[in-house]
Amino acid sequence: MRFDTNWIKAVVQATRDLTPGIREFTLAPEGGATPYPTGSHLTVRVLIYGRPDLRHYSLIGEPREGCWRIAVKREDPGRGGSRYMWSLPPGARLDVAPPDSHFELSRDAPEYLLIAGGIGITPLRGMATALARRKVAFRMVYAGRSRSQMAYVDELAADLGPRLEIVAEDEQRTIDFAAEFARLHPEAESYVCGPIGLLEAARQAWQRTGRRPERMLYETFGSSGRYAAEPFLVRVPRLGLEVEVAQNITMLDALEAAGVGVLADCRRGECGLCMLDVVAIEGKIDHRDVFLSQRQHAENRKICSCVSRAVGGAITIDPPWRGDPVLE
Amino acid sequence: MNTAATFPLNAWYAASWDAELKHELLARTVSGKKIAFYRTLAGEPVALEDACWHRLLPLSMGRLNGDNLVCGYHGLVYNPHGRCVRMPSQETINPSACVRSFPVIERHRFVWVWPGEPALADPALVPDLHWNANPGWAGDGKVIHPACDYRLVVDNLMDLTHETYVHAGSIGNDAVAEAPFEVSHGDHTATVTRWMIDIEPPPFWRIQLGKPGNVDRWQIIHFMAPCTVAIDVGVAPTGTGAPQGDRARGVSMWVINTITPETEKTCHYFWANVRDYRVNEQRITTEIRDSITKVFHEDEVVLEAQQRAIDEHPDHIFYNLHIDAGAMWARRLIDRMIAAEGRAPRSAAAE
Repeated sequence: MRFDTNWIKAVVQATRDLTPGIREFTLAPEGGATPYPTGSHLTVRVLIYGRPDLRHYSLIGEPREGCWRIAVKREDPGRGGSRYMWSLPPGARLDVAPPDSHFELSRDAPEYLLIAGGIGITPLRGMATALARRKVAFRMVYAGRSRSQMAYVDELAADLGPRLEIVAEDEQRTIDFAAEFARLHPEAESYVCGPIGLLEAARQAWQRTGRRPERMLYETFGSSGRYAAEPFLVRVPRLGLEVEVAQNITMLDALEAAGVGVLADCRRGECGLCMLDVVAIEGKIDHRDVFLSQRQHAENRKICSCVSRAVGGAITIDPPWRGDPVLE
Repeated sequence: MNTAATFPLNAWYAASWDAELKHELLARTVSGKKIAFYRTLAGEPVALEDACWHRLLPLSMGRLNGDNLVCGYHGLVYNPHGRCVRMPSQETINPSACVRSFPVIERHRFVWVWPGEPALADPALVPDLHWNANPGWAGDGKVIHPACDYRLVVDNLMDLTHETYVHAGSIGNDAVAEAPFEVSHGDHTATVTRWMIDIEPPPFWRIQLGKPGNVDRWQIIHFMAPCTVAIDVGVAPTGTGAPQGDRARGVSMWVINTITPETEKTCHYFWANVRDYRVNEQRITTEIRDSITKVFHEDEVVLEAQQRAIDEHPDHIFYNLHIDAGAMWARRLIDRMIAAEGRAPRSAAAE
């Protein structure tokens, strides 16, 4: 469900570097930290080059001593949200919306598998604790480049023991999804959070097992792709426009700034409202949405402009503007 | 968030009788939450938030397709867990699409729902009303929907003095108002015990017992927080040992009441009467149910008038008498449950 936003003030109570690239922020909201279902996130108002924008960060564990906790990975080539967050020292103030939940743990599955990739550990950290407390069958598979770059590894190992499996690339390991899913109870649920490549691989493997799609739950903020973000050009012949998309802004924002009418709602690649017709592509499309199916991604006839990008050149799109019809 | 609350959310509330809930949609509000209830094909109860994720149309206006609920506006399909499993005109499903599903359990002939924090919904906390589904006991009941704060019904049941005045023609007589009583309590329960020794039985009990002469009559009221009142009542011929524990020559009945807040000023009042005598005679079940229906209608008239009077005198608060001790313990236990949720109880009914 979606709720109207009531912004509240919060103070950065403390920061803690979990790894060289991931920093945990303890936030003390005015009026105390309300509880939330595990898997919830905070929406934070950030400033990027002085321009206000919104970022979503998963909440870690449960509220502690009146505070909420989030963890932010520093994305130097990113759009600027993480650099802003990393600039905040203890004592800094910021505006946050109360916890919201799109990724809730069910109550009654017979078994659970949590799959985390990199910073995608954040919503799953609390789920692991909740499942351990419930004494239900579950496992967590946590993938990353190397143990030293993966947050919460030690505390998870202590909490979960043999139910935790660390899959580190620098140890020459990858997740064997087929094997993981094969040993699950037929009505088990899987919760996935991580980069789009991991998510796509998990969803495809899940589909191949014949399991029901609604038993795999996932969350994506549309912030990761198969390729690093780079600047590209959008040609809009119908309007006689060429729009530059800088490396650190979205195609949707660039088009809106140029006066191209595009609808949008979720801004994280889920709802499909910002989808545009693709006329031509020089290079590739880095599809980062979950609205279009795998088949539709392969067709390359549509692009979800809130999250997806062109790589290696330019894209030509056709917006829905047709002028006002003359009715006879 | 309410600044003051009249009911806790972390509690099992009766939402329907077992027979009321079918493989069809039932819209009911429980503790302020709009909920769409139904049974799956296998008979399992389901409780989903009654507002579509998409455009908020009540899902209870939709239809069932097997175990799934189809929204009656744009056809989004939800499974019994509240997850959206189909969206119109797209090849994928928005991963955020779901409605809240409430913990629900069927027990003692009622379907119970937990509107609060799901992780706390322990089935062991369902009020013990086992007599309502036990072959040693026969009976039945109904649900009524009084337009009053559910706590006024609890007050009513926690002090049966009112029988003398509200139900003079059936179960009330002067002995109820005059007999002494004892009140005790625990962390989650309050108990009011009243024995009337060697009295002339009122008409209802004379018929049930089917014997002449004076009786010992008991009323032992068990409150289970926040809104269940199970009353152990009966009569036995005087001198046959009932006060000492031998009820063999008497007749016993449990008056089962669980009063679910619908809103702050309306409730769903589920009641049943089950007896341990002539348990195979359906006629007795029907006669008792019909006569209790009339008795409880007398209560309903009083309770709704009381709620109106409270609303018409917003600056007045209640006086309490000695007879209100049971009701006051009940309200204190309710307030503790509300406070434990971090909310402020609104303890005086007429503030």
